[in-house]
Amino acid sequence: MSPSSATTPPGAVPEPCDAAAEADQPPSIARRKVVKGVLAAAGLVLCLRQSGRVALAGDRKYGAAGEPGGVVDNPLVFVAIHPDDTITVTVHRPEMGQGIRTSFALVVADELEAEWPQVRVEQAPADQARYGNQDTDGSRSMRHFFEPMRKVGAAARMMLESAAAAHWGVPVSEVVAERQRVWHHGSGRKLTYGELALQAAQQPVPETAVVRLKSPEQFRYIGKPGSRLIDGADIVAGRARYGIDTRLEGMLYAVVARPAVLGGKLAHYDARAALAVPGVVKVVEIPSHPLPALSYPLGGVAVLARNTWAAIKGREALKISWEEGPNRHFDSQRFETELQQAARRPAKVVRNQGDVMGMLREAGRRIEAEYYLPFLAHASMEPPAATARIVDGHCEVWAPVQDPQGTRDLVTGLLGLKESDVTVHVTLLGGAFGRKSLADFAGEAAVLTKAMGGTPVKVTWTREDDIRHDYYQAVALERLEAVAGPDGLPVAWLHRSASPTEDATFEAGAEGEDSSEYGMGMINIPFRIPNVRLEVPGVPAYTRIGWFRSVYNIAHGFAIQSFIDELAHAAGRDPLEYQLALIGAPRRIDPRTLSDEWNYGESPKRYPLDTGRLRAVIERAAREAGWGRSLGKGRGLGLAATYSFMSYAAAVIEVEVAADGAIVIPRVDIAFDCGPQVNPDRVRAQLEGACIMGLTVARYGEITFRDGRVRQSNFNDFPVLRLPESPREIRIHLQPAGFEVPLGGVGEPGLPPIAPALANAIFAATGRRIRRLPLGTQLADWRA
Amino acid sequence: MAFTLRINERSIAVEAGADTPLLWVLRDELGLTGAKFGCGMGLCGACTVHVEGQPVRACVTPVAAVQGKAITTIEGAGHDPIGRAVQAAWLALAVPQCGYCQAGQIMSAVALLHDTPQPTDGDIDAAMAGNICRCGTYPRIRAAIHRAAQQLREAR
Repeated sequence: MSPSSATTPPGAVPEPCDAAAEADQPPSIARRKVVKGVLAAAGLVLCLRQSGRVALAGDRKYGAAGEPGGVVDNPLVFVAIHPDDTITVTVHRPEMGQGIRTSFALVVADELEAEWPQVRVEQAPADQARYGNQDTDGSRSMRHFFEPMRKVGAAARMMLESAAAAHWGVPVSEVVAERQRVWHHGSGRKLTYGELALQAAQQPVPETAVVRLKSPEQFRYIGKPGSRLIDGADIVAGRARYGIDTRLEGMLYAVVARPAVLGGKLAHYDARAALAVPGVVKVVEIPSHPLPALSYPLGGVAVLARNTWAAIKGREALKISWEEGPNRHFDSQRFETELQQAARRPAKVVRNQGDVMGMLREAGRRIEAEYYLPFLAHASMEPPAATARIVDGHCEVWAPVQDPQGTRDLVTGLLGLKESDVTVHVTLLGGAFGRKSLADFAGEAAVLTKAMGGTPVKVTWTREDDIRHDYYQAVALERLEAVAGPDGLPVAWLHRSASPTEDATFEAGAEGEDSSEYGMGMINIPFRIPNVRLEVPGVPAYTRIGWFRSVYNIAHGFAIQSFIDELAHAAGRDPLEYQLALIGAPRRIDPRTLSDEWNYGESPKRYPLDTGRLRAVIERAAREAGWGRSLGKGRGLGLAATYSFMSYAAAVIEVEVAADGAIVIPRVDIAFDCGPQVNPDRVRAQLEGACIMGLTVARYGEITFRDGRVRQSNFNDFPVLRLPESPREIRIHLQPAGFEVPLGGVGEPGLPPIAPALANAIFAATGRRIRRLPLGTQLADWRA
Repeated sequence: MAFTLRINERSIAVEAGADTPLLWVLRDELGLTGAKFGCGMGLCGACTVHVEGQPVRACVTPVAAVQGKAITTIEGAGHDPIGRAVQAAWLALAVPQCGYCQAGQIMSAVALLHDTPQPTDGDIDAAMAGNICRCGTYPRIRAAIHRAAQQLREAR
């Protein structure tokens, strides 16, 4: 295993891109786009590379190999063994609460035969050519890097064994590494890893083909509970450092006044009062870029001061007038009507089998419903923040970013530097949920340090900035129509999903969901329905659309799983029994037979849709929840199940609805199958968290626009779930699986079943069908 | 203006405008970055510190109002047996996910246990309602507070 043998797919090496050639490519299907900064003759441009684009030829790469930077599994890149017998594992994927710093280190330590208390973690800077793909989203980190990190640990262990054998002059077959020592069988001699460190580093790196991995029964940490969180002690002592905590000598603190309407530009401003605020040092204009928005700074006016408070007060004192541009009339209430009209007209067909339209025309009775999900903000507890400085032409950035290389490319382009002149240090992320995939805030810090001649500048977003200038989860209106057969099961199914595409953030004028977006839980429904027609209307975007944990699965899962519950009740059948009948017998479905060419970027052979696993999580959640027990008026159980990011999730929620509509959730049972669990406690934590975030989506989350502006501003008008509203009990049931099963995602797939399970429980409790999120006060009069 | 603050049992002189929130004095002037900025309106609790043992939101507490009073931040939480018990319970149950809000959560929990050594679920609801966790660690926070209370009871 040499560095050159590591997989290095196209894209790992910086290359110029040609905007004209890109335009000829087939329509985007990527969920995650890669922004590359380059200098072109016409000036600064950013062009797109579509990481998940389906190649027309048969050379498509799947999984990690299909992502920019691919996979690197060289132990010299990731492991350092120190003479004091401590071990440093370099983690190249950002930590945002999913526990990846702990989990990657566990995997390496296990194969390395390291002692967990001796393991430290270092965060890699942005460098995809060196580390492999670093873009942390799509629930991919462990799915893509479990095997490479195992190889890293195992190869390092073999190098230690070789070093010991050479030291003793014995064949390597006579030595074995165990618990951070290498032993010689015959003589009982031993050397610690620390003693071997320098010699081991001189050993050749074993070829991938000869790296000996443990068999799973030999694992000491992988799949086991009880390993400490690598950052836990720092967090509880207040020592953990997030992006917003960066402090540099001589640093200025900045806050920025940005155009309230997307596409707006500065007309003129008066900074005199701002400059009179004690502590304010300078007021600097940040240029706007024409749409599409990409990850460019939004532009505006920055106030730089000796501390954050002075910068905030200085910004309040700015007098600014804006040219608001073409989005100034955007009104989300009116847009809802547009979405509804779009969902009621024929649209682009993305999957079609049988004759749905004919059956709907001739049906005596059809069942139809429309479901609405509003725009959502991420509201990570750490608002966006970044720090930058330039020393001798080299720009350093400290930022809490999910896509380190994308951040580096952005800064490289904005400052007109070479990639080698930009270093991006990745701090801890105080939550992200998709927001920090696009690092416009780091771009602001870079532009400002340049404007200040390289003086360090930290940009802090207030909560109001965060809520009003997010990359929002797209609003969606989902229309479903069905014709039921004699047994009540649908014989025809029409689904139109009207939702702006995230592509519009990258390509002006992009309309309607792309194949990765309708690929999230709409096209790949595994139901036994003979006639299926799925359509996506081309609706525009008037704001920055981004990715929110589980993304389009939220709206699709809410609509489909609510509609199935409605169909079950219309048929007079139990929703559990009905859904299992609709799924049918256990079988493995090639996603391409569902017209799903994307499959989350994974091989359809390695990752078929397994209805047996879907059935199993539904049956498990129902059993654990005591499905069928009678609860009385005002109380109910609701079931929902979704498949996303290669994992299967089912939730049963118990709800109590008081006479005034107040709801209490005594218990949630979640059954989950992500294949084998590398770090089961973090899997549980992610599912608990996804449940609570899903309940915020269901009950509170809503961003609205009027006159092009976001109307919410802070946690007073964008509430999120608080501890007293948290379920009294969240019971996580992990399905056992051997390590021969390919890994599924963990961070996102727990979220989509939560809102529909709650809505279905509310129907069971009250007879009220919730088709519009958030729940808000819809139940206030349910007893009336 | 010059202020003398008593923070984590030490006296510290700072220069700041009288209306400057304590949070920015801690973070920007003194480098005590454990208290976090989350909302600036006392809505999320990420900035929670103790003033004379009571939990306050540092983002809406002017520095002039706490001059001469005993201030404890997360960096000083371990000076106190209850603080240590809460930190230990947080680690034992692996409460943190991203960890950003946890300093504020811990400071609210410590204040609760000082006043109410054996809190009920209702006590925990009331004391912790002002602290938001977007990662959703609430079930573990509740369990960790009960655990810390139990450990402290057994240690007596």
